[in-house]
Amino acid sequence: MTSQSAKRPGTGRRRRPARSLGPLPWIGPALLLIFAVVLWPAVEMVRTSFSEIALTGMVRGPAGLDNYRTLLAEPELVPVVLRTVVWVAGIVFFTVVLGLLLAQLLQQHFPGRRVVRWLILLPWAASVVMTAIVWRWMLDYFYGLVNGLLTRPLPLIGPVLDGPVDWLGQASTALPWMMWVAVFVSLPFTIYVIIAGLSAIPQEVYEAARMDGASAWQAYVGITLPMLRPSILIATVINIINVFNSFPIIWVMTGGGPASATDTTTTFMYKLAFVRNDVGASAAMAVVNFLLVLVVVLVYLRIVRKRGMEV
Amino acid sequence: MSKATREPRHHRVPGHTGARGAVRPVPGFSLRRALITGGAWLVAFVFLAPYLQMLLTALKPGEELFRTPPTLLPERWEWSNFAEVWNVAPIGDHLRVTLIVATCSTLLVLLVAAPAAYYTARNAYRGRTAFLLLVLVTQMFAPTALVIGLYRQFVALDLVNTYAALILVNAAFNLAFSTWILTAAFAAVPRDLEDAGMTDGLGRIGVLVRITIPTALPGVVTAVIFTFITTWNEFVVALTLTNSPDRQPLTVGITAFIGQYEVQWQYLFAASLVAVLPVVVLFVFIERYLVTGLTAGSFR
Repeated sequence: MTSQSAKRPGTGRRRRPARSLGPLPWIGPALLLIFAVVLWPAVEMVRTSFSEIALTGMVRGPAGLDNYRTLLAEPELVPVVLRTVVWVAGIVFFTVVLGLLLAQLLQQHFPGRRVVRWLILLPWAASVVMTAIVWRWMLDYFYGLVNGLLTRPLPLIGPVLDGPVDWLGQASTALPWMMWVAVFVSLPFTIYVIIAGLSAIPQEVYEAARMDGASAWQAYVGITLPMLRPSILIATVINIINVFNSFPIIWVMTGGGPASATDTTTTFMYKLAFVRNDVGASAAMAVVNFLLVLVVVLVYLRIVRKRGMEV
Repeated sequence: MSKATREPRHHRVPGHTGARGAVRPVPGFSLRRALITGGAWLVAFVFLAPYLQMLLTALKPGEELFRTPPTLLPERWEWSNFAEVWNVAPIGDHLRVTLIVATCSTLLVLLVAAPAAYYTARNAYRGRTAFLLLVLVTQMFAPTALVIGLYRQFVALDLVNTYAALILVNAAFNLAFSTWILTAAFAAVPRDLEDAGMTDGLGRIGVLVRITIPTALPGVVTAVIFTFITTWNEFVVALTLTNSPDRQPLTVGITAFIGQYEVQWQYLFAASLVAVLPVVVLFVFIERYLVTGLTAGSFR
């Protein structure tokens, strides 16, 4: 290409303002958008966490670590953080394991495979809010389908439950159900990533293994899993970030309740700002939350690297 | 032309539907095959079930909703719910907001991401890695994580409850995905093709519009549709930055049904289906390119 003339602005026969300015005209708008709408609020959030904020939203002045002290003094904080760890680890673990299983299944040949793959996409395409609301309705104490089915007498074994259960009314049942919904909406992406990984494994490797007398299970553990490492890694990291920040499921199904028994750090942060009107403490929670995500992702990557998994 | 547009497809989605599948002999009836088929369809049903329940609930008359034990199918199929829902709640307003925000955000993303991706795919400029890294970092900042900062920023800018706020935020947080997938798509466009265009005197912009974008069309379409759907479904930012029904998108609007004294589930789900159906159809179109786009950036 004619890049030699690039250094002399305005001398070419054709106008080339882009050349003289280098990459800026091309990537400048993107940078502007990122700085104005991603980095600015990030900085604003950190600043808020170190400021004293009046109820009107005005900054009263620097607060040092006061907001963080308020947050640490919060009796709910420790349970909420522990619950978040269980929430993220549980959802990501089950999503990846089920994803591996289902990707394997959908990779087989069977009639209607295309349609089945389309149906699997539904929770990915549909709004998470709406998916969560329909689960909430199905788990309704009086009129929900789940209680309706489980209290119906089955042949031989009778009804599974003696009476209806208030699934979303107590943390012990609400949390597992909401984690299931989170797994449900995370599965399509995970399955698709793993299917892409499976498709990239050359078939000859399996044929060679079969010649050597490897069983199907040995081939899976010895060939498929190691070759899927990049896919599993990406699915895990992206799911960790998404699940950490997942807000609508809890917000819509229990609102974090009863009290704050089903809150994670994300919903707790939201409540601090918009229910309790303590924006400073909320910003502190948000900063802690972000650091948590960062640490978890880095630790995970580190473990994976240590095991010698090349990515 | 058709050959040129088709080639990168195969290139980027190696064996998605699997050429090797055709090689394997398809057996007649076998137990294994029956189990796989049954299992796969059972899984598909599990994924479909909640949305089926959405539809069946939306078709029930109000009094059939509150029965114990609950019924599965409507006794009277109340198709008029889908007409009535526009009167019981400002669904028209919500739908208009959703449409405007999703369309404008998508256009903005395309306008901003396409030049950046094109330049990045074609040039080894100083700061290229830094730029890609910056884009990667924005993916780490989900809007939810920044919602407090966003709220304070838009209050300070006096942009709360405006289209502009929703459009800007949605565009900014969808930039990463689009930049990745477009960079990959542009990188796959053969250079010779562009050089030929330059020789013919199209100029750089002309080459971009007449040759590069049409050739990279699958990637462009995927970026467009994915941004559109993500914005269409966005919830937290809209919940935080809007406070009147005429600026609230459908995702926030339908939650208003829940706050009321008695939840009108049939209308809630009729409205939900209005929101869900169009994007599901769009999603099927980009199915095969999704993974490439979502994972491309992570390999860099």
